Amino acid sequence: MAACSRSETAAEPVAAESGPTVGDTLVEASIGDISGLIPNITSDSASHEIGNLIYSNLVRTDKELRLEGELAERWEVSKDEMTITFHLQKGVRWHDGEEVTAHDVDFTYRYMIDPKTPTAYAESFRQIKHAEVVDRYIYRVTYEKPYAPALLSWGIWILPRHILEAPWKAGVDLRTTQQNRRPIGSGPYVFREWKTGEKVVLEANPNYFEGRPYFNRVVYRIIPDQSTIFLELKARNIDMAGLSPIQYRRQTDYPAFHKGFNKYRYLANGYAYLGFNLLDPRFQDKRVRQAMAHAINKQELIEGVLLGLGRAAVGPYKPGTWWYKDAVRTYPFDPERAKALLAEAGWKEKNSDGILIRHGQAFSFTIRTNQGNLVRQQTAEIIQRRLRAVGIDVKIHIVEWAAFINTFVKKKQFEAIILGWGLGLDPDQYDIWHSSKTGTDELNHITYKNSKVDELLEAGRRTFNEAKRKAIYAEFQHIMAEEQPVVFLYVPEALPVVSSRVRGIEPAPAGISYNFIKWYVPAHLQRYTR
Amino acid sequence: MIAYITRLTAISVLQMLAITILAFMVIHLAPGEPTVLQQDLQARATGAQRETLRKLYGLDKPLHVQYGNWLSRLVRLDLGRSFLPDGRPVWEKIRERIPVTLSLNLVEVCIIYLIAVPLGVFAAVRRHSFFDQLTTVFVFLGFATPDFWLALLLMILFGVQLGWLPISGLRSLNWEYLPPLAQVWDLLSHVILPIFIGAFGGLAGLSRFMRGSMLEVIRQDYIRTAQAKGLPDRVVLYKHALRNAVLPIVTILGLSLPGLIGGSVIVESVFAIPGMGQLAVQSVFARDYPVVMGLLTITAGLTLVGNRLADICYGLVDPRIRVAGRNA
Repeated sequence: MAACSRSETAAEPVAAESGPTVGDTLVEASIGDISGLIPNITSDSASHEIGNLIYSNLVRTDKELRLEGELAERWEVSKDEMTITFHLQKGVRWHDGEEVTAHDVDFTYRYMIDPKTPTAYAESFRQIKHAEVVDRYIYRVTYEKPYAPALLSWGIWILPRHILEAPWKAGVDLRTTQQNRRPIGSGPYVFREWKTGEKVVLEANPNYFEGRPYFNRVVYRIIPDQSTIFLELKARNIDMAGLSPIQYRRQTDYPAFHKGFNKYRYLANGYAYLGFNLLDPRFQDKRVRQAMAHAINKQELIEGVLLGLGRAAVGPYKPGTWWYKDAVRTYPFDPERAKALLAEAGWKEKNSDGILIRHGQAFSFTIRTNQGNLVRQQTAEIIQRRLRAVGIDVKIHIVEWAAFINTFVKKKQFEAIILGWGLGLDPDQYDIWHSSKTGTDELNHITYKNSKVDELLEAGRRTFNEAKRKAIYAEFQHIMAEEQPVVFLYVPEALPVVSSRVRGIEPAPAGISYNFIKWYVPAHLQRYTR
Repeated sequence: MIAYITRLTAISVLQMLAITILAFMVIHLAPGEPTVLQQDLQARATGAQRETLRKLYGLDKPLHVQYGNWLSRLVRLDLGRSFLPDGRPVWEKIRERIPVTLSLNLVEVCIIYLIAVPLGVFAAVRRHSFFDQLTTVFVFLGFATPDFWLALLLMILFGVQLGWLPISGLRSLNWEYLPPLAQVWDLLSHVILPIFIGAFGGLAGLSRFMRGSMLEVIRQDYIRTAQAKGLPDRVVLYKHALRNAVLPIVTILGLSLPGLIGGSVIVESVFAIPGMGQLAVQSVFARDYPVVMGLLTITAGLTLVGNRLADICYGLVDPRIRVAGRNA
């Protein structure tokens, strides 16, 4: 498995420890306050993380990133691959005692497709032609066409119908209901309190259908400053946090820290890229994009910016997934090859500054990226130097996030951007690369159009057959590698640290959080009694 | 007098209207639209959300219509609802943060005045002495030190190394379970550093100002007269001079009133104190228009009220002002 993950633990004294014990509190830090407690309509990671503990989903992914049932005990896909029938677990209860039934699933579906619902996750539910509650525990959905990402989309948080349906039918904006502030869920943790800007407190759900979680409480402290979070971590007031590469490599490499924390590292679920505006004629020539891929030294970026904590990206997928294709065309660092490709594309002469010119125009463009992300800024600077070496003049413009996305990226007012994609757990990337998705509010910001790619992306979502999909996405990855619609830069590593008193963490391709409810602290190491 | 106050009120209403227009324009002119605070785009999320949100928030209407709607609600003292997914009323979001910021700032201002006034006076009285030079150095240090940097250094020293004080936040996690006295100490220990940082910067400016004001007064004829009468230095300085020298300082105090609910963005962020400064920054970054406009209007409105009250008081004590105003 390519997703390397290993723990860098100082040899731990293995005293005669009893098995998993109930008790203690896990304190985490969040850089931003959560934006609401109905995760279906939020899109910040803090809200989703907390939502995952309060609510349950119909399905989820296991530690190998394979689909498994959560509220759904099992499911069947019909022969024509258009209908999915979910069989729900019996006896699962909401935190207020009501039973979770197919009616709750149905309500969630109807809420998601309501055009008034401000959610970013409606698209896959809109593909459903017909949905029915077969009986209390059986739910059946039929799609217009076979739709492979469908199963994964049921990893949506199931909402309590008995609480939300009445206000929803009365036309009340559900954001303003108590559920968004004091939610009733069915997940492993029960909501206890949310002090705005200060903390969110959750308590173990003793009746959770997969067993009571070991931690009595989980507290999210809201600390809007990265350095403060780090100091709180060093003082051991926070039990778990994600580090930056420099913190991981340089600032936590002393004995006391090693004693207090276990460090983990595994590939994050996303990648960074240098994207070009393909409406710009200069970038429409494939050879120019390939030349830039050759001119940029990815290894240098990984060493210099990520301090070695990442991997070169060769395509739009995370290494280690079942659809990932390793053997594609790669672009080793080779400035001479880059110059040759540029010359082929007509960029032969240089002006007095040593910048390539064609038809009297110097090859000069601006890379834009967002403020507040040091890694991306440094990446831009290193790329600037490397491209200058082959005769391309690059300027850098750092813009605050909201302005960057809305003014430059969405309106296509850019020549080049450095950005990242957070990836889903399905190979379907229709929304990013399909030629029909180039509108202002859509995700194909770079305006990439390729009819073969369109065909493959459509075929890929129309079958559930893994072998077939694997072949389809392999071909897709070959085209991506050949075409370089963007220069795929790197897949960074996630760098979490967890207090060394916590046991039961088993790093896997999915990371470490997948078995959170099985984490525990041995009785003699427990720190918080209340 | 009544005419004077009526005229002032009329002017204030016009100014308030101008404030609302400015508050509205400032945030709507800023590039970008309400968005989530995420640095990675998610392939799973589609863009369909934006049109829904624009309709929901009324952003699809022309600007003057949006302004009209907002103003008509504002007149009824309704600041609207936040654009964030929490959808809470703006006033609720502001109200819950006022007590924290207000009490921190009140303590801070008291400390600043209690220290800065004597400091400035002594420096003025013993001009060019060692003490004066020492305070000058101290003052420039206070001016020049970036507060976030000093804050981090003190957090490392007292929080991480010595472990005497908590690093951030307002309360310990087990606050609810502490006995009452321990609760008080817990709160105090959390605010010592933020208050110190806030006061350190403010101290510098005010003590300089006090020193200047005192020096100014000492040079006046009536002081010389008092000295010539043979009054002891102590009486001359602290009775005759100080009273007059403190007057301009009181004006500054008046002007700093709106700042009391403003909150310090940096101190509140670094120390994770859920106050008004934090709310302001987060709202601006998220382009949460109603909250930003609400904050701007309230702060600007308070400044206006403060100034008007001062004007009226001036008018009361000094007839020349209201007479001159009428002829203008």
